[in-house]
Amino acid sequence: MSTPLEHDYIGLSETSSVERSSEKIPSSSSPSSSSTHPNEDKTTRTSLNLKETELRLGLPDAIDGPNGKWVFPMHGKSDVELAKGAILAFPRAVLEGKNNLPSMREVGGLPQSPNPVQDKNILVPSSNEHSNPPASKAQVVGWPPIRSFRKNTMASNSEKNGEDAAGCHYVKVSMDGAPYLRKVDLKTYKTYMELSSALEKMFTCFTLGHCSSNGLAVRDGLSESRLMDLLHGSEYVLTYEDKDGDWMLVGDVPWEMFINSCKRLRIVKGSEAIGLAPRAMEKCKNQS
Amino acid sequence: MHKKMAFSFPDEVLEHVFSFIQSDKDRNAVSMVCKSWYEIERWCRRKVFVGNCYAVSPRMVIRRFPEFRSIELKGKPHFADFNLVPDGWGGYVFPWIAEMAGAYPWLEEIRLKRMVVTDESLELIAKSFKNFKVLVLSSCEGFSTDGLAAIAASCKNLKELDLRDCEVDDLSAHWLSHFPETYTSLVSLNISCLGSDEASFSALERLVRRCTNLKTLRLNRAVPLDKIANILRHAPQLVEFGTGTYTADVRPDVYSDLAGVFSSCKELKSLSGFWDVIPDYLPAIYPVCSKLTSLNLSYATIQSPDLIKLVSHCPNLQRLLVLDYIEDSGLEVLASSCKDLQELRVFPSDPFGAEPNVSLTEQGLVAVSLGCPKLQSVLYFCRRMSNEALVTIARSRPNFTRFRLCIIEPKTADYLTLEPLDVGFGAIVQYCKDLRRLSLSGLLTDRVFEYIGTYAKKLEMLSVAFAGDSDLGLHHVLSGCESLRKLEIRDCPFGDKALLANAAKLETMRSLWMSSCAVSFAACKLLGQKMPRLNVEVIDERGPPDSRPENCPVDKLYIYRSIAGPRFDMPPFVWTMDEDSGLRLS
Repeated sequence: MSTPLEHDYIGLSETSSVERSSEKIPSSSSPSSSSTHPNEDKTTRTSLNLKETELRLGLPDAIDGPNGKWVFPMHGKSDVELAKGAILAFPRAVLEGKNNLPSMREVGGLPQSPNPVQDKNILVPSSNEHSNPPASKAQVVGWPPIRSFRKNTMASNSEKNGEDAAGCHYVKVSMDGAPYLRKVDLKTYKTYMELSSALEKMFTCFTLGHCSSNGLAVRDGLSESRLMDLLHGSEYVLTYEDKDGDWMLVGDVPWEMFINSCKRLRIVKGSEAIGLAPRAMEKCKNQS
Repeated sequence: MHKKMAFSFPDEVLEHVFSFIQSDKDRNAVSMVCKSWYEIERWCRRKVFVGNCYAVSPRMVIRRFPEFRSIELKGKPHFADFNLVPDGWGGYVFPWIAEMAGAYPWLEEIRLKRMVVTDESLELIAKSFKNFKVLVLSSCEGFSTDGLAAIAASCKNLKELDLRDCEVDDLSAHWLSHFPETYTSLVSLNISCLGSDEASFSALERLVRRCTNLKTLRLNRAVPLDKIANILRHAPQLVEFGTGTYTADVRPDVYSDLAGVFSSCKELKSLSGFWDVIPDYLPAIYPVCSKLTSLNLSYATIQSPDLIKLVSHCPNLQRLLVLDYIEDSGLEVLASSCKDLQELRVFPSDPFGAEPNVSLTEQGLVAVSLGCPKLQSVLYFCRRMSNEALVTIARSRPNFTRFRLCIIEPKTADYLTLEPLDVGFGAIVQYCKDLRRLSLSGLLTDRVFEYIGTYAKKLEMLSVAFAGDSDLGLHHVLSGCESLRKLEIRDCPFGDKALLANAAKLETMRSLWMSSCAVSFAACKLLGQKMPRLNVEVIDERGPPDSRPENCPVDKLYIYRSIAGPRFDMPPFVWTMDEDSGLRLS
């Protein structure tokens, strides 16, 4: 399948990010993925973004319905394979990547909290100012011990200065029906795939057990049939609130652009998200 | 003989005597003297402190202390501040509020730290306690401005509303307008954590104007510089003030207005805020600098020369929080100007950068330790350290009570000798005999724990990361530190042996946190089985621990003593090891 380069930013065929999660996954790269993505080149970023988003809108018929509107993936045969393992899906991801998308079950590990002992070279006395540290360090969760408020303040400071905000970018993730919010650091992920996989892990537990938000546990006996219903039945979709306060579908824009404008995430039932798609298209058209 | 002594005073006399005893430790000691003192004391205890909300149940507290007016509760372990405790772990305050609402309509003060507070809880507080006066939420989360609106609208006698370091869902800035126009009792307001959305300035100004007893006001970043003058003009009696954003186009009229208003604040002792500072506006605060005892510039991104100028104007400073922009040179000036300095915190401006961006090293800390005779509390982030410096610091400043050093890169060795920093930290615990709190960093072997176990007899809280070689390290600490109450460890090669050998010690402590260490699931089960008065919580987002071999290390472990037994509000990724099955599945 000849996937245009513009579609790769979702990360479906990026082997680098998949390798990083240190699992043996069948190499699924298409030739285009091994090259540097144009959207990561900062100098041409702005000029390319719009172009990319525009091209994205003119998708093969599988996604566009007869009037060019978003059509959410139905649970036809081609999607069963994906739906089995995933509760969370991006509309594009389902249709674009069904041939080269590794089953989500195989992507293990916790990308957002790598074992720091593995990351650090324990044998060598750690870098001091005499050595040459690598340009980008593997970030350890919770180290150095700085509170989120301070980290977020620093991040917004450097944004104002136009620097590439290092550090972290914590956003809240809520899921309809879940008793509490989670927070994720968007900077620990490089692609939509990683983010989706991590969120799925975090929120799977909500379909298996119940807790009220005030700490009064209600343990449900969840039958196996009900669980299968949840997995195959309603599809959850990931949405986000951008800087303008609009709710958008995740996956529409290049990853870098997404993490720069994402303020919070929300996992909604697919049926509720249909209304978001036209807005996304409108926004892109207006920006051009 | 003893019985006679106890009954020689009527109860009222003893009660009166006890009323002078405020600290919980002393109160607890009093209650252990004899049964009648226990009884008298429990009826007249007005302030209750619960260091771990799961150590005891609300009902137990209410049963023992029928007439308290003030409660302080702490929830999540300290490492939650650094995102090591997954969301949903627990620490819900609602059950406490619900119990107290029925039993204590006269409750006046609630102080919470690291707890999950919902809008529902806040609404219940507003509804239930008619004489409610003080709400301090420190590092709490789970509520929005809607909950705050309920408090504002109903608590007619509210004196203190302090939201330090909280995560608040900023739905609307208009919650401030819910304070009725007749409400004037505010003494302390700290909203510095609120988001950068548009604030309701006019409501804020009106509130400040009519609350003439206001002593503490800490604004949030959203309040622009030109609004500060208006606010301060109506509150010259302020003792503690936190600005909003401290930047604006440089205009002489705005400047002189600001300087004038600061000069009229004769009582001001503490300043904070200073987000987005531009140096041009700093001299406006010079009129109050000579009286300042506390200055928080930890969000002020200004460089060393401006910081030096500012600090030189504050000879009476006792507490300084600052970014590492101050550099060694600035700390040297601090050491010579501020002889009353007791507490210093230096935060990193660029902690994730690979290279140091400022010239702040161990020298700055040495300078302050040598120059400030009253220095007792330090939190210092830097990129290099040497044993020599630590020994100098320890020798010159034996009065440290809190020493927290964070060398940014884990396992950094002594930069001069490339050796571990065992000897340096050893000197700290050896010379600073009153040390109560210690945070370690850098390259450390089991040796440092031997020093700590030998010398740190008054140590109450120890934080360890990326240190040690074997179980022996943990054993030294658990067997040697007599006063230890809280121990938090991450990424250290400590396993089962030391933990099981010192199981009894754990009942004498408030809590132990171990994450990314080498404690096996089997050991956790054993501990849970053998120690019924400990809650042994395994926190593992990878899935149930019994889906892996028993000798597999658990991801996170949180052990705390409790007389309330295992809790029932755990999320699916937390399991309590208990004596029955060893595992309670979610």
